[in-house]
Amino acid sequence: MALRNPAAEEDPAAARASEPRPSPLEAERSVLRRRQSVRSVLVGAASTALLGGLLVTVLVGSPGWERVRETFFDAEVARTALPAVLDGLWLNLRLLLFCALGALALGLVVAVMRTLRGPVFFPLRALASSYTYGFRGAPLIIVLYLLTFGVPGLRLENTPSVLVLGGIALVVTYGAYIAEVFRAGIESVHPSQIAASRSLGLTYPQTMRWVVLPQAVRRVSPPLLNDMVALQKDVGLISLAGPIDAIRAAQIATAQSYNFTPYIVAGVLFVLMAIPLVAVTDWVTVRAARRQSAEGAR
Amino acid sequence: MSELERLARLEGDDLPVLRLRGVRKEFRGNTVLDGLDLDVPEHGVVVLIGASGSGKSTLLRCANLLEPISDGSIHLDGEHITDPRVDADRVRRRIGMVFQSFNLFPHMSVLDNISLAPRRVHRRERREVEQRALELLERVGLADKAREYPDRLSGGQQQRVAIVRALVNDPRLLLLDEVTSALDPELVGEVLSLVRDLREEGMTMLLATHEMGFARQVADTVCFLEGGRILEQGPPEQVLGEPEQPRTRQFLQRIIEAGRL
Repeated sequence: MALRNPAAEEDPAAARASEPRPSPLEAERSVLRRRQSVRSVLVGAASTALLGGLLVTVLVGSPGWERVRETFFDAEVARTALPAVLDGLWLNLRLLLFCALGALALGLVVAVMRTLRGPVFFPLRALASSYTYGFRGAPLIIVLYLLTFGVPGLRLENTPSVLVLGGIALVVTYGAYIAEVFRAGIESVHPSQIAASRSLGLTYPQTMRWVVLPQAVRRVSPPLLNDMVALQKDVGLISLAGPIDAIRAAQIATAQSYNFTPYIVAGVLFVLMAIPLVAVTDWVTVRAARRQSAEGAR
Repeated sequence: MSELERLARLEGDDLPVLRLRGVRKEFRGNTVLDGLDLDVPEHGVVVLIGASGSGKSTLLRCANLLEPISDGSIHLDGEHITDPRVDADRVRRRIGMVFQSFNLFPHMSVLDNISLAPRRVHRRERREVEQRALELLERVGLADKAREYPDRLSGGQQQRVAIVRALVNDPRLLLLDEVTSALDPELVGEVLSLVRDLREEGMTMLLATHEMGFARQVADTVCFLEGGRILEQGPPEQVLGEPEQPRTRQFLQRIIEAGRL
């Protein structure tokens, strides 16, 4: 029983061919609309130029500008510091990759543990919720210090390197946030989906795997990517524990040249590194919004 | 011999597919089902009617073990399924259920919706499952929609997919919970005619509906529920035509006034 043929409805060429000529009323209206949009573009451009000019004037005209320019924006110093900072950034990138994967995996496991029902799972549930309560509140720096200085202090055999310990600190801190994001996604899946799945004979784990998690992950991918962008910045905190990452390298260069420009170099590199991820986040968010509105219009 | 042991297995020649005895369901202090007895014989079609909140949906959900019952017993093909030692997942595999709001999985294509249970639960081969799914889709006139996602289909099409999704597992019993209540009036017919076809093929069904005309056509037995009890049951001509109970008459009167008979 083919009720309608969506392919025919959506062929734009066919739609255009059959489109009627606009009436005089519509023609007049579109002229007016065009005029309005030209005017608003002009107003926007003018105000942007004005504000930009004002900012530059205030900055450059300030009494200390020469001094600030020399200590923060020295091209020569930047050129000298760049190779070392780039080297450090490579460490940040590798660390980011491992920490992101680790935190996502940990978050997912903890989120699923928190949804388990029944007295048998009480210990797992309790462990998962106390973990998220604790580590969402714990400042990353403290966790970092505790793991990178405290654990080696125990003088156990086979203590992992400070880099690995710092990575663990990042993973456990971010895992707690990510677990909550996943949990929100899991809880946003309507119970009727679970009823439908169970009525087909799927077990609880199968329902999670095939029905709940795919929908949950799709729904929370924008906030998850946002957490990834935040993680990307916080990976730089590892420099506090000693490993020479981009920020640490910048600090060393600063100490050598008595000039803060290397920090600016590191900052710009971090921003550049974030741009692809931020762009992906925006794209995913827009796509999710479009999907939802399509569902809403049904 | 304990009561559970005595009930574990019913024997007999004309055992109904589904047997409910003294089923009670309490929910937050409310009695939703109040000691209900009901038999659904093989190839029989039992239709539940009654106002919203009379317990129709709860009865179906209890029969499928989606809700635990508070007292009584339910047997499927003679097996006592409300024994706590019974594996509920295995029981549900033998029962198909179709919901008022379709409940298709929005992240899966029509074909994947239908193949999910056969592949993951019944561990059947993908090719064989998809071939069977396509056959069934063909039968309900939706073969060309196999690769579409549910939100691209009309309500009536979605509900037909949901019915196919339940049928592909060859259930012993099909539960239909007001399958046309969420549909636009012009789409109700396509779903009801599919249910009529299933009846012709001998599918055993227990269904709740507000469509009295439909109930009259498909039912072997109509049960009028009120306050979690079956107030009246019998062949459709009797219950819908010459009801004995004043409450049944009142209910039907209201339905007629609402223009649904």
